[in-house]
Amino acid sequence: MEKIPILRMGEFLLVTIQVDMHDRLAMTLQDDLTQMITVSEARGVLIDISSLEIVDSFIGRMLGNIAAMSRVLDAETVVVGMQPAVAITLVELGLSLSGVRTALNVDAGMELLRSSLNGSKVLYGSRVD
Amino acid sequence: MNTIPMTTKKSTNLAEMMTGKEDFILAEWMREMKDTVRRGDLIKESELRAECTTFLQLMKEALDAGGSNFQAPAWDQARQMLGDISRSRAKQGFTPSETASFVFSAKRPLFTQIRQEYKNDPAGLASEMWATTELLDAMGLYTAEVYQRAREEVVRRQQEELLELSTPVVKLWEGILALPIIGTLDSARTQIVMESLLQAIVQTNSRVAIIDITGVPTVDTVVAQHLLKTVTAARLMGADCIISGVRPQIAQTIVHLGINLLDVTTKATLSAAFSVALQRVGITFVRETQQQR
Repeated sequence: MEKIPILRMGEFLLVTIQVDMHDRLAMTLQDDLTQMITVSEARGVLIDISSLEIVDSFIGRMLGNIAAMSRVLDAETVVVGMQPAVAITLVELGLSLSGVRTALNVDAGMELLRSSLNGSKVLYGSRVD
Repeated sequence: MNTIPMTTKKSTNLAEMMTGKEDFILAEWMREMKDTVRRGDLIKESELRAECTTFLQLMKEALDAGGSNFQAPAWDQARQMLGDISRSRAKQGFTPSETASFVFSAKRPLFTQIRQEYKNDPAGLASEMWATTELLDAMGLYTAEVYQRAREEVVRRQQEELLELSTPVVKLWEGILALPIIGTLDSARTQIVMESLLQAIVQTNSRVAIIDITGVPTVDTVVAQHLLKTVTAARLMGADCIISGVRPQIAQTIVHLGINLLDVTTKATLSAAFSVALQRVGITFVRETQQQR
């Protein structure tokens, strides 16, 4: 059965979706990713969907769910590289993915993850002081 | 002139009458047209003459083959030529009556011809006149119809061009886009605005997009919903949207209508939005004073 690879990059996990998502694949990704976050104690997840061209309400909701689950496991999720057509489709479907952070590309997404992680550390430190 | 051949050629005798008289009819027709429509500025006389000659020829062939029923397949070629003439007239800027009188100017020469032919037969004259009038009227109506359709095509094309012209996406700075919207936002335009903005975001790798609504006359719930959709779509792609150019009346309307724009950064002027955008991209400007230099 095909699987979407989850790569570990320091404290972050990198998921690149390069095939058309179908429902079972999305469910598998959800299982694998939550499992992986727990095992690797990752602080951030970056999902690259720049090759994803077709999206339906289920996949849209799935992205939102994955972000919410990661947050529960204390990992920030950033979705990067969404195509214009996909963005329009999601908006028309009424899915604004309000809990998900987004960035233009992997570069910007990584920067966002790092800054949010640093920001939380600084906040933590200042509280201790 | 005896009666027997006349009765047998009753349906198609216009063609026979025209035979050999083409030069006379053409000259009369041209003269007639000159009296009613003087558009020497739009079409050359030689061109007009060529058109008339070809059309007379086609008309005669059609009359020979299919009688005076303008809808018959025999008239296909003549109809097509008439359509082409009408369309080109519409594009050149002729008025509808000028276009239609191309056909109606042929009445007098044809009628003169018929009158000469039926000098001694009032009944034949009446029926022939009637058939010819009907035919010319059908042609005239067809001309007007094609003219109208050609004009509508022009209007539709202009509308489409306007739609494309009115949604330019401009790059203000590295990573900052602006989209000045002029005119009312309806669903069709929102679609185009959204698409061109998102496309530009991808192409220029822009992090901030400013939507300027100074040129939007009114904002109602529908327009606001369209704006929010665009903002949400841009956010999904990873770009921040700022709405600028909110005029006092529009701010009042938005609040009165209970539209929630709290999740969106709004600014009164484009310059205010631009400075916020620069901040987000991480650029600061410093004014150099005389003393520092």
